[in-house]
Amino acid sequence: MLLNQFLLLAGALFCIGVYGVIVRRNGVMVLMSIEMILNAVNINLVAFGAFNGTPIGSVFALFVIAVAAAEVGIGLAIVLLIYRNKKSIDFSEVDTLKG
Amino acid sequence: MIAALFAQISTGDDLYVAQNIFWWFIAILMVIAAIKVVTTDNIVHAALYLVIVLAGVAAQFIFLGAEFAAATQVLVYIGAIVVLLLFGIMLTRGSLGDEELTDNEQRGMGALVGLMLFAVMAFALVDGFEDVVLPEDTRNLVEVQAPIDTTLDDDTFINVTRGSDTAAIGDAIFEKYIVPFEAVSVLLLAALIGAIVIARKE
Repeated sequence: MLLNQFLLLAGALFCIGVYGVIVRRNGVMVLMSIEMILNAVNINLVAFGAFNGTPIGSVFALFVIAVAAAEVGIGLAIVLLIYRNKKSIDFSEVDTLKG
Repeated sequence: MIAALFAQISTGDDLYVAQNIFWWFIAILMVIAAIKVVTTDNIVHAALYLVIVLAGVAAQFIFLGAEFAAATQVLVYIGAIVVLLLFGIMLTRGSLGDEELTDNEQRGMGALVGLMLFAVMAFALVDGFEDVVLPEDTRNLVEVQAPIDTTLDDDTFINVTRGSDTAAIGDAIFEKYIVPFEAVSVLLLAALIGAIVIARKE
């Protein structure tokens, strides 16, 4: 198998996730797109770890998975708080800090 | 890259052919599901397509010989994070069903940004790693000493090679990367308390 197969697949997932973050209005859907970006990074880490013959790639992928779990927990708490205050999770309506 | 792939398939053994066919099947499935995640109007369907993407990522880890990361991926992502996202969807149900409101007006610009980003990345990757082949056996095997027979006394050992990289990952986490590991556990605790504090009703 070629190393580039995995890297290009991860790149495609990353770009689709970036598109989702830009385009989606729903807060939960934005979080889903962020999860896809983090997974693309994990594929890259594990692929380079396998390429270099070390387990370090998997180790850092595990760290990223743990941090992603913390991130999605906090993110959903924030989305719930926005929903409770504004009765909507449309991120384009959250512009209180806009000048 | 495609030519190198076909050369590898034509000269390699049967294992490579089967591996590559399954790889492309899973990769195309993943990309289709990922596009559906960011384009579908139904948010519950988006969460279910996300499950396909995450399971595909676990399959990629298996292809790369990282079984432990694949198992963690299934447990943490599909088992916990998707369920958490579904809970978030159910708790904010008021915004379900308004199909025109799932995307904002920046669709064209977002697609342009995504495509250009992918073009730059693909050029850099093909330019930098053209036809670099992964090692045939990507598992990080460690040699350990294990008793061959429990009825023998403990001094009788044989060198065996473990068939997974779990032992190597455990060695790395608990020796070289023990400080980041502890930092991650403190981070998870802080995130837990923070989520409770943020989402609690006053």
